[in-house]
Amino acid sequence: MNSVDQLRETVRRDEVFNFLKPRIQARDLDLSHGNILYLEDVSVSFDGFKAINNLNLYIEAGELRCIIGPNGAGKTTMMDIITGKTRPDTGTAYFGQRIDLLRLSEPEIAQAGIGRKFQKPTVFEYHSVFENLELAMDGDKRVWPTLFARLSSEQADHIDEVMHTIGLHEHAGKLAGSLSHGQKQWLEIGMLLMQNPHLLLVDEPVAGMTHQEMDRTAELLTSLAGERSVVVVEHDMDFVRSIAQKVTVLHQGSVLAEGSMDEVQNDPRVVEVYLGE
Amino acid sequence: MLISRILKNDRGGQVFLAILTLVTILVPVLNLAVPADSPLHVSTYTLTLLGKYLTYALLAVAVDLVWGYLGILSLGHGAFFALGGYAMGMYLMRQIGDRGVYGNPDLPDFMVFLNWQELPWFWQGFDMFWFAMLMVMLVPGLLAFVFGWLAFRSRVTGVYLSIITQALTYALLLAFYRNEMGFGGNNGLTDFKDILGFNLQADSTRVGLFIASAVALALGYLACRYIMNSRLGRVAVAIRDAEDRTRFIGYRVEHVKLWIFTFSAILAGIAGALYVPQVGIINPGEFSPLNSIELVVWVAVGGRATLYGAVLGAIVVNYGKTYFTAALPDFWLFALGALFILVTLLLPHGIVGLLRKKEKVQ
Amino acid sequence: MRPVLANEQHRHGSRALGFLVALCLLLTMSAAVYAQQSPGPLDEAYQLLISKSLKDKQKAVTLIAESGDPISEPLLRTLMEGDLYYEEAAQRFVAGERRGKEYALRALSDGSELGTVPRKAVSKVRTNNAVRKQIREVLATLTLKSADPDVRLRAVNELIDANNDNLGAVMRPLLETENNAKVSAALQTGIALSELQHGEAQQRLEAIDSLSGSLNQTVRNTLRRIADNESEAPELRTAAADALQSIAGRIEFYGHLETLFFGLSLGSVLVLAAIGLAITFGVMGVINMAHGELIMLGAYTTYLIQQAMPGATGWSLLLAIPAAFMVSGAVGILIERGIIRFLYGRPLETLLATFGVSLILQQLVRTLISPQNVPVSNPSWMSGSWQINSVLSLTYNRLYIFIFCLIVFTALYLILRKTRLGLQVRAVSQNRAMARAMGVRSARVDAMTFGLGAGIAGVAGVALSQLTNVGPNLGQAYIIDSFMVVVFGGVGNLFGTLVAGLSLGVANKVMEPWAGAVLAKILVLVFIILFIQKRPRGLFPQKGRAAGN
Repeated sequence: MNSVDQLRETVRRDEVFNFLKPRIQARDLDLSHGNILYLEDVSVSFDGFKAINNLNLYIEAGELRCIIGPNGAGKTTMMDIITGKTRPDTGTAYFGQRIDLLRLSEPEIAQAGIGRKFQKPTVFEYHSVFENLELAMDGDKRVWPTLFARLSSEQADHIDEVMHTIGLHEHAGKLAGSLSHGQKQWLEIGMLLMQNPHLLLVDEPVAGMTHQEMDRTAELLTSLAGERSVVVVEHDMDFVRSIAQKVTVLHQGSVLAEGSMDEVQNDPRVVEVYLGE
Repeated sequence: MLISRILKNDRGGQVFLAILTLVTILVPVLNLAVPADSPLHVSTYTLTLLGKYLTYALLAVAVDLVWGYLGILSLGHGAFFALGGYAMGMYLMRQIGDRGVYGNPDLPDFMVFLNWQELPWFWQGFDMFWFAMLMVMLVPGLLAFVFGWLAFRSRVTGVYLSIITQALTYALLLAFYRNEMGFGGNNGLTDFKDILGFNLQADSTRVGLFIASAVALALGYLACRYIMNSRLGRVAVAIRDAEDRTRFIGYRVEHVKLWIFTFSAILAGIAGALYVPQVGIINPGEFSPLNSIELVVWVAVGGRATLYGAVLGAIVVNYGKTYFTAALPDFWLFALGALFILVTLLLPHGIVGLLRKKEKVQ
Repeated sequence: MRPVLANEQHRHGSRALGFLVALCLLLTMSAAVYAQQSPGPLDEAYQLLISKSLKDKQKAVTLIAESGDPISEPLLRTLMEGDLYYEEAAQRFVAGERRGKEYALRALSDGSELGTVPRKAVSKVRTNNAVRKQIREVLATLTLKSADPDVRLRAVNELIDANNDNLGAVMRPLLETENNAKVSAALQTGIALSELQHGEAQQRLEAIDSLSGSLNQTVRNTLRRIADNESEAPELRTAAADALQSIAGRIEFYGHLETLFFGLSLGSVLVLAAIGLAITFGVMGVINMAHGELIMLGAYTTYLIQQAMPGATGWSLLLAIPAAFMVSGAVGILIERGIIRFLYGRPLETLLATFGVSLILQQLVRTLISPQNVPVSNPSWMSGSWQINSVLSLTYNRLYIFIFCLIVFTALYLILRKTRLGLQVRAVSQNRAMARAMGVRSARVDAMTFGLGAGIAGVAGVALSQLTNVGPNLGQAYIIDSFMVVVFGGVGNLFGTLVAGLSLGVANKVMEPWAGAVLAKILVLVFIILFIQKRPRGLFPQKGRAAGN
């Protein structure tokens, strides 16, 4: 946004000044209109290349949404925008009715209730599995409370529970860096669970997993939906079919098709994108 | 109690503090109680030298805190050390009173020499010990806070940060060389007479300073260990290993960095303040980028992210420096240069890494 | 800054005078042979010159001056300085210098050595004050008729500076025959100056009008005198004051130009020092703290080559450029192969290890050569300055180094953009694994790239040896500045380095007059620290997802 736009925004009469709006407090998520995420007219370009082009995407509260699309369709960039890593050139991004994601930093967005699992599993390698989960745990994450934080027995139980869910309870004391690729994937999912988010963004969760593990992941993600909203980006079509209620196809930075798996698979434009070239 | 809780899982720290306690008791006794002709006598020179090493060790601990645990390679910690030293030096200058060469009761000699008529405002209050001690912590702390706030907020990391910290100390070096700055220019502050009324040349004062350095080192060590044992310490290591990831689970990375960096700068300032009365001089040379980068190698030699490794490294390297600069002055810089290369190439975990086995990370 | 400038001008002035003399000598070289062979009006003058009578000598001076012969100027000048001797045996005039019991002789025409002769063999041509004064006047008008417009211009300016009463009278006839624009302008200035002082009221006003753009010191002084003189007519005084103001404006303008030049000169040094770093740090992502020492090695290479080729300063300097490139480049490749390649992906460790290298290289130079600074001389074409007008002159060494900097930059840019090596370098820097898969030998490319960056540092050292002291600490002084330039310009962007270096240089020089050199430097450092806050990726950042981490 250039300075002229900024000025125009500031002198708008139908709104109070930006700086007068209260900073969003974590957990005051307003879902009264049924949607948890609104991306509207979002565009972002890198060196002239439009990674996201007028993207409009709405996620309903409690929904499990799969997002597919060929490489370079803008899937990861879209997640970067939602989590605050990348700022769009234009457009708006709202979390619930009131939380303007574009005004928040990454930690604020995380605190507001958006959790993300990265494409490449990034865990804290020099921390044990237990410590990784402890760090991710929902709670007061400011400096001084963190300095004097003590782990309560409920919290310890909760961590234990999650370690069982992700099948790493036997490795609680092991350094995360020494885990296998699949185990790291699970640990990331565990960290996501510990954050207790309203919206989970899951980037390629099953890469490097066995079929058995894929089934467990599918089960876990479906069970999470309902209470929470889940957005899954995945390349593995079998996996997508096994969990998908609604699928969005991204192509060249905007939505190409949206609907059930069968609908999009029969959409001629989707077929062309995937098979045409 | 608290100390034993802090050191619960820290074997190295237990050993280090035990040795430090022993040295702190033994060395003063051997200096004051054992007659000078006895082979067991520790000369005041050696005692002061050891005291100096202890302040270096505290400085190294401060560097290890930010480098080893937080991943910030600061090439400007010498600046915080020197600022603490200058604050102490200003107090010591005011203590000289009218015993200076020009006999001016208020103005230090160099100001009289420059024809200054009155004490600059920033020298006010330094005749009071408590005020000077406050400044010892406040000035480096404030500089680190402002600098860190600017740097971390805009996510300057890695070598960029290292280079700017180096530029920071370089800018201060140039500034303190100027006579107009009012800190004695080229010559710095020196010719100190006494501290809190005790003659700085007296053996007993030297012993006092030695013990103060040892206590400061022990307390600094325990404080750092306490922080690193806390969840905040784990967050720090998380930031070091995967900064972005730490943000995405909801930690304000820049705040964590800022507080730890500031705390580390305060420790460095305290080390500087204890260093100055023992060596008897503080001059702009302490700001030189070489000093700051040299102290990084102390930590590297000892083994980073262990705290006691930093202490070990500081003492070993400085002993080597004292020995070589006297015996083979030309050789020292070769040795130091080789140390930089060999430690990074062959000994990434330092001496401590040789002594203990680590769980491998893929 | 002002006093330094004045000083420099003074030095350049005297040097220029020497140059003038040398030029005259050169011009007279061929003609001297002719003069010796055929007898002419000079022969009579020569006879009079040997005579003991001072009257005869004055007559001789007039004759010599009127002859228009090229020899007359050096002859008269030598006579005025009291160095003119008559050699009986050869029956010729020579310049002589007493060395113990002998005289060392030089030819008047070209200053060449004629060997030494015993005291008896020559006799001195004596003069007195009257003769010397006459020669001084004659010489001034003599050079006014020189064939070389530069010499004429110089002579006109000298006359204006002398500001004699007959200034207008001398110059008016000259103006009619003058065909060089610059000399004409100077003559007009002189005439106007004369009219200003001795003309009618209307003439004086017109003179002021035509002088209002002149930068000549004498003109300015005269105008100042009129403006300050209470007894002058008020309108004349106002006109003079106005003219002075417009002159001051012009001087200020040239002052700004000069600051700009100094700034660009400093900037070009910064660019030269930083540009190698822009490759190793910017393109490869390797932080090389020994970069400054590679510059130092380049400067020492220049010194060693000069030692090996005494008397050929110019050639040795040209030879030093490729030599320094090779030396520093080779050391760079050694550093890369020996240390850095084990540390890829660990920038902080690379920083420490290369810092160790820098300590060793410094100490090596201290031990092997000398802990003191070594003298590196400038070839003659690097010294002196280009006098644009009386208030603006650009020193040649700075000018050449600025041009050199642009050449090096262009060469480097072309290497990275147009050659196969450049393509490979860019490929490896963008995606090492992919480049490898495409068959790029990444290890070799790394070594070559590093060698290139290091070699450029060596070349920068050659340039620096012409500007600053060459000593073991040379590199240290530039390393922080170089990093600042690269970071400011945007890492990985060669063009950014150029813009950043030049603008930092100019900023430094602009601030210097009111802040002082040290404070200006501190302010620049602080500015960069603050700038990085706002734009962490420099002036010209690389964008995109890949640039994120």
